[in-house]
Amino acid sequence: MKVRRILATKGMRVITIAPDKKIRDAVAVLAEHNIGALVVADAAGQPVGILSERDVIRKAAENEQVFDLFVSDLMTRDVITGMPQDDTHSVARTMTDRHFRHMPIMDEGRLIGIVSIGDILKAERDQYRGEIDTLETQIMADKD
Amino acid sequence: MSEYGTQSNPLRVAIIGAGPTGFYTAEHLFKQKEYVVSVDMFDRLPVPFGLVRYGVAPDHQKIKSVTAVYDRIAQNPAFRFFGNVQIGKDITVAELRDYYHQIVFTTGAQSDRRMNIPGEDLQGSLPATDFVAWYNGHPDFRAYDVDLSQESVAVVGVGNVAMDVARILCRTPEELAVTDIADYALEKLRNSNVKNVYILGRRGPAQAAFTTPEIKELGEMQDTDAYVEPEEAVLDPLSEASLADSSDRATVKKVEVIQSYAGRPSSGKSRRLTLRFLVSPVELIGNDEGQIVKMRIVKNKLYKTDAGSLRPKATEEMEEIPVGLVFRAIGYRGVPIPDVPFYDSWGVILNKQGRVIDPETQKPVLGEYTGGWIKRGPSGVIGTNKPDALETVQQMLADMASGQVLSPECPDAQAASHFIAEKQPDYFSYDDWLKLDALEVANGKAQGRPRVKFTSVADMLTAVGKR
Ligand SMILES: Cc1cc2nc3c(=O)[nH]c(=O)nc-3n(C[C@H](O)[C@H](O)[C@H](O)COP(=O)(O)OP(=O)(O)OC[C@H]3O[C@@H](n4cnc5c(N)ncnc54)[C@H](O)[C@@H]3O)c2cc1C
Ligand SMILES: NC(=O)c1ccc[n+]([C@@H]2O[C@H](COP(=O)([O-])OP(=O)(O)OC[C@H]3O[C@@H](n4cnc5c(N)ncnc54)[C@H](OP(=O)(O)O)[C@@H]3O)[C@@H](O)[C@H]2O)c1
Repeated sequence: MKVRRILATKGMRVITIAPDKKIRDAVAVLAEHNIGALVVADAAGQPVGILSERDVIRKAAENEQVFDLFVSDLMTRDVITGMPQDDTHSVARTMTDRHFRHMPIMDEGRLIGIVSIGDILKAERDQYRGEIDTLETQIMADKD
Repeated sequence: MSEYGTQSNPLRVAIIGAGPTGFYTAEHLFKQKEYVVSVDMFDRLPVPFGLVRYGVAPDHQKIKSVTAVYDRIAQNPAFRFFGNVQIGKDITVAELRDYYHQIVFTTGAQSDRRMNIPGEDLQGSLPATDFVAWYNGHPDFRAYDVDLSQESVAVVGVGNVAMDVARILCRTPEELAVTDIADYALEKLRNSNVKNVYILGRRGPAQAAFTTPEIKELGEMQDTDAYVEPEEAVLDPLSEASLADSSDRATVKKVEVIQSYAGRPSSGKSRRLTLRFLVSPVELIGNDEGQIVKMRIVKNKLYKTDAGSLRPKATEEMEEIPVGLVFRAIGYRGVPIPDVPFYDSWGVILNKQGRVIDPETQKPVLGEYTGGWIKRGPSGVIGTNKPDALETVQQMLADMASGQVLSPECPDAQAASHFIAEKQPDYFSYDDWLKLDALEVANGKAQGRPRVKFTSVADMLTAVGKR
């Protein structure tokens, strides 16, 4: 399965935030869209980092003023990006090996989406369910 | 707003496309108990089942028994079928809004992806989609012409469709004669001159998209030897490493089967099927008449992307193989429906979990949904469309609950059927289909075949007494 298959049903808008916004703004955006991570993009729309709800919570545990920090203070900088033609199982593997859960997807230099490990697991589960269903049909046909 | 979803005022749903996804959508809608729903299903063809009838290979009959499930869904009194009605042509989406609260597009992928290489439009270069539709008796492809006087054929891509195409080219007339392959295709294949079939994968054996039963089947044909170049069956270090520390048993098994064909000596069968890996076509070369005579391919090496997948990269090494026919089996592609937002680069209806999305506002388009191949792209087996349809139906139910449905002027089953009959007097009902089905099966029985298909709309109409 390709990453493209997952992005196809996610609409085409990626929700991003600028690095110079406050964490307060970021939390509002996360809540509004009910998502777990935001791509941090510069004025040109290029991803410069990723900010996950985990990053915020981890900081909040040690610093109650977390809301007044900047997105750039908490974001992860060395973001690994993927492409629509990447294989989902390889992406999932990279995420588990390197301990992150969201990957921005770029196509010809343009940010076109973000996939989470949850998205991949769900798509793979649906694929397996489908395959089992189809196998069952074949086995039942054998019995007739 | 008036109450809907009740016995006296059912929620009216139009499903566009009678493939597996259309039926699973209807099934999920009937299964929920919150609302009373009635479904009108449309298909541009007189007959239902989409790619189950016109895609699935004729020598794979067993899987076609899935249609028994669809027959049961169609028996629901709240279900009606209108075949031979193309949405966007016979009836517009705007017209549907006058009769339905919700509209679901499950139109599949009717077209093909291109390789974008020089020579792709030469005579003898064909999309696998057309060949598949032709041998399955799709009414749009009766006049299709494929030159089987050629000795060597290349199939580009290593997905299950490539397997289907290669198998059909390699089967004996006896193997095919017991299937529901179209009669004209059987005749043409009977006189086929094809001796060599090459299947070309741009990556290695571990990245092949086909499934294990399909690759195994290639080695079990009556009169065709399957062969893999030994050096191409060996995994490259990157694939080896990624397979070694994964628990991907399915791929391990698949690679084993591929490797079992490596260097196999010919057993004297009349046809030979060669699987190639790590090669990409770069040009199709024709003769003076514009007919393909050979194909230039480049050898690839794999590299690892940042995200971890292994992608092909061309080397300097080229090779030419003599072929007279090239089928590209590199994927299907959805076609847009007039007035429905479409994401052109991927060939899908723009959607979020099945809700059609307006590209301008990025907000859902009221009352419009999508499912299956036209929603997620052309991948997945028949059963995969079931969870896919469920996701869409869940959005539909949520929107029913919040009142986000269309307000049709005539949400009435009878008014709808009058309107449809006006637009397309020759529409097919499910009963018409059952009649046709019984005829096809009876005609097949006489010849020891599962069915003999009617392959033109005119014949179908005549057969059920509409002409
Ligand atoms: C060659 C091939 C072989 C396959 N073999 C297998 C197999 O052996 N086993 C397996 O499990 N899966 C197989 N698959 C996959 C399976 O066929 C698909 O997963 C499934 O058919 C997709 O279902 P769908 O309903 O989304 O689309 P489709 O099956 O394509 O159905 C779409 C329907 O919409 C109709 N339609 C399109 N446009 C309009 C319009 N404007 N108005 C009205 N109607 C319209 C079409 O006529 C068609 O009937 C195969 C696929 C292909 C291409
Ligand atoms: N028997 C069955 O169950 C059956 C039969 C038929 C179809 N189906 C299902 O239907 C779906 C569609 O099948 P499919 O075969 O059309 O698609 P697919 O499984 O996506 O395979 C497409 C193949 O084409 C290759 N490809 C793509 N672009 C290419 C290019 N430019 N040059 C060379 N190769 C290229 C791909 O290689 P990369 O991986 O490198 O991109 C891949 O090998 C699949 O899910 C399939 O399982 C099932």
